[in-house]
Amino acid sequence: MSAAEIFQHARDAFSIGAMAVGLVFVIAGAIGVMRLPDFYTRMHAAGVTDTLGAELIIVGLMAQAGDWQTAAKLALVGLLLFLTSPTATHAIANAAHRAGQKPDLSHFKPKHPADAGSSEGQK
Amino acid sequence: MFYGISLTAILVALWLTLSGPFTLSGNYPIVMGLGVISIIVTVALTYRMRIVDRETVPVGPAVPLFAYWGWLGGEIVKANLAVLRLIMKPEIEVEPRLVRVSAEHRSELGLCVFANSITLTPGTVTVDVEGDGFLVHALDNSFTDPAGFAEMGARSDTASDGKKTGAG
Repeated sequence: MSAAEIFQHARDAFSIGAMAVGLVFVIAGAIGVMRLPDFYTRMHAAGVTDTLGAELIIVGLMAQAGDWQTAAKLALVGLLLFLTSPTATHAIANAAHRAGQKPDLSHFKPKHPADAGSSEGQK
Repeated sequence: MFYGISLTAILVALWLTLSGPFTLSGNYPIVMGLGVISIIVTVALTYRMRIVDRETVPVGPAVPLFAYWGWLGGEIVKANLAVLRLIMKPEIEVEPRLVRVSAEHRSELGLCVFANSITLTPGTVTVDVEGDGFLVHALDNSFTDPAGFAEMGARSDTASDGKKTGAG
């Protein structure tokens, strides 16, 4: 193998790795939105998708870009996400807060499914 | 003047990044013409609005800004892993908290950078800005360490000239 081929393979491996890890974070965010108890805590799970998930996928794509201009455009997209996603999250949280949505601050620990099934009266 | 020239240079670099092959090939004079016109109009308008200063053209604090982004990136990775661990546990066990974070004596830009940094870190979201503090919702007890917030505030200040000095 020539040096160029080795570089090509290393680049492919890097971008596949970055995108796979990014995908793990995106899926974890989706699972978190399903599992967490109330509005504000679900917002945190969505934040995982916003930050590391999206950025890692963009980094993986940048390695595949080929020429520097496409990579620079992808970097601009990443920068835009980096700057705008907290603003959007804050807008949602602040809107809920002003509309009177009260955060659930109790210690949240649901019963284990095995125990929940045995007791009557629980849904 | 320095900021005007910097703004023009940044806009030229942005235009070349977004439409470089068309502008530089010379086959599309209209693309190059539109680029020149739009850059001149933008700089003229910002001069007319008198908003060309240290805050809107942050070339002075560029190096501390990038250093801060590097540190913030590390914090984001750490917080992401912590949230991931909470979400993926077989039994979810969280204790959400609403805390006040003090952010006194800051310029508006400093407040903005600090609040956005808190929101950008997963596990903590700035819900409201009230007076000289933030109302922060945290996913779990472990995210509400006051020392962590204080360090983030101090670092964001060096990046954004956040602390008001005596005259300001």
